[in-house]
Amino acid sequence: MRPITLLGPQRLKPTIIESVKALKIKGSIATVTAGWQEREDEDEELDEHLGGKTVNLRLYHRTAAIMKADPKLHDALRDRQNRLKELQKLYRLRLGHELQAARDLLAVEGDGDILLDQQEAALEDLRRLDQSHLHRVRRIHDDFEHEHSLDTHEEVAKHRAEVQKTLSECAALAVAGGHVAILLNRLRLLDVAKASKEMPLFLWSAGAMAFSERVVLFHDSPPQGQGNPEVLEVGLGCVKGLIPLPHARRRLRLYDRTRVSLFARRFQDSQCIAFDEGSHLRFDRKGKRDVERARRLLATGELEEMRP
Amino acid sequence: MITRVDSTDHPLALQELSDRTDLTPKVIDEFLASRSFPLVEGNLVTFVFRGPADAVYLHQWIYGMPSAQPFARLKETDLWYLAQEIPEKSRIEYKLEVVEGRTHRLIQDPLNTALARDPFGANSVCHGAGYEVPDWTEPDPEARTGKVEEITIDSKAFGEPRGVSVYLPARYRPDRRYALLIAHDGGDYVKYSGFKTVLDNLIHRLEIPSMIVALTHPRARLREYANDENHAKFVVEELIPHLEKTYPLLDDPSTRGLLGASFGGVASLSTAARYPDAFGRLFLQSGSFAFTDIGPHQRGPAFDPVVEFVNSYRKRPFPLAEKVYLTCGVYESLIYENRSLLPILQSTGMDVRFVESRDGHNWENWRDTFRGGLSWLYPGPLWMVYE
Repeated sequence: MRPITLLGPQRLKPTIIESVKALKIKGSIATVTAGWQEREDEDEELDEHLGGKTVNLRLYHRTAAIMKADPKLHDALRDRQNRLKELQKLYRLRLGHELQAARDLLAVEGDGDILLDQQEAALEDLRRLDQSHLHRVRRIHDDFEHEHSLDTHEEVAKHRAEVQKTLSECAALAVAGGHVAILLNRLRLLDVAKASKEMPLFLWSAGAMAFSERVVLFHDSPPQGQGNPEVLEVGLGCVKGLIPLPHARRRLRLYDRTRVSLFARRFQDSQCIAFDEGSHLRFDRKGKRDVERARRLLATGELEEMRP
Repeated sequence: MITRVDSTDHPLALQELSDRTDLTPKVIDEFLASRSFPLVEGNLVTFVFRGPADAVYLHQWIYGMPSAQPFARLKETDLWYLAQEIPEKSRIEYKLEVVEGRTHRLIQDPLNTALARDPFGANSVCHGAGYEVPDWTEPDPEARTGKVEEITIDSKAFGEPRGVSVYLPARYRPDRRYALLIAHDGGDYVKYSGFKTVLDNLIHRLEIPSMIVALTHPRARLREYANDENHAKFVVEELIPHLEKTYPLLDDPSTRGLLGASFGGVASLSTAARYPDAFGRLFLQSGSFAFTDIGPHQRGPAFDPVVEFVNSYRKRPFPLAEKVYLTCGVYESLIYENRSLLPILQSTGMDVRFVESRDGHNWENWRDTFRGGLSWLYPGPLWMVYE
């Protein structure tokens, strides 16, 4: 089993080195900071924290080079992104109504069987909407792959090979956060999930979100809008059965039992886990779990401190 | 008897004091030491003054209320009070007038250390029940800080050099392109509204994008901001080209905006009216949009060019930007003018949002609307970025 470590945000109090030591990782660590976009190369602090043993895969810059060298592919990718954006916008419209219905029903007091049945039905409608959205997103990706088979593009193949070679020389892969869609698109274009095979993974923030099965965007108190959590994308699927919620203390109203409950019940097929500074959830090669300061959102609206 | 206006049956603190049979100076000392003032109890606020006086008045600048309201003396003591209904989440600035013989002193409330500063000094400030200073206005140790540079424009429009402060966001990079906001009275916004801290925080929270803000400083404010051709020319034909040469700005008008409060709101609106293709975003706070439907206006000669401009725009409104964020305090006299402007702006097809606050014509009111306005005009990457 591939060792996977999910971490809380690393900017203020980096803790990744502790997990690297716990897993006895020897050798260089490949890093992905593509979510930082044009700041991709500003990784000195991360490199220093990891003892100067990192090799940045530079996926953001590689992608820019591919786009420049292959304008047709660039256009095709832009077209795909536009389709995904339009789909997201329309899904969001439907989602707003479905979520409001669920919130209104959950706000009704009582425990009669008719009410409970209606509440569950509203949640089931939400789950169905999320699933159908994900299905449509996947179809857009499949159509794109079918039409463009990326490996046949010379520049893509060249960079994929270089990434694979670098990874083969490293002992682990660390993926930082940032802009989740930009990060995910570059991980996908350079085929990093496949190229990193069974390598130990260290993931935080958007990095953890991109490697999960689906990417869920969230913020309970945005300055504009209602803050409706939404499914954005199909993730790389290396982290199974959980939805990472980085910066949960800042982004979620964890004291609001109704919101916590709705989140946990809507995504009941996964564990929704709050990660803040200093948290980690680690699985070693034998699947043994080590955890610190990670909290699970419960259907009751409470938070449960996870235990090893 | 002091009347309470909320539904709880707990007696008011001052009533309890008044009911005591041992109302000695020591008892009053203890009462004052054990509470913060003004006393906020539900939606009733009691202002208190202690000291020698023949009369005490509350001065506050709330449109529709008497400008001076008399305090009552508590029995035979030297304690004076005035209980007043203040709607929840209100922010009120005030001073006390203390009359002794022929002497009238206008003072800050000696029992209240909370002050709101403005260009003319400082007033005491009372926060009604439920009002809280927004956390995003306070320095956040986690937020990276931007910096402010000073530039000078050799202005032909004004016939003299003009200094402008330029806010550059944290981690500013010359190889990246930025949205631009031009803030009238920029120095005052920084000084009295904590504008730099707010920008640092909102950028850190990803609620607005990293952006460049030009902070302008007027010389003859009332003239330059009252639909002055030279001011508009300075902003559009001199300042913006200079900024474009010096900083990496996005060139889409939808990323260019004007901000202004009071007469600065007029300057923003009139500059956009003179150059309707230059700006995509307008943030107008308590704009002094005086107008007349008939007869002369009553606001003094400084308003003559303003009234002329607003009357003209009301007659033939046209789009000035894609999005306009309009705010005004309900305790300001200008609330009427701002409410009147709303349908006129909307009639042009612009996307207009109007927000009223329970506040007056002051820098803290304008500070408190920054988050809503800036994040609506310039949405940040909050939803997509998880660092």
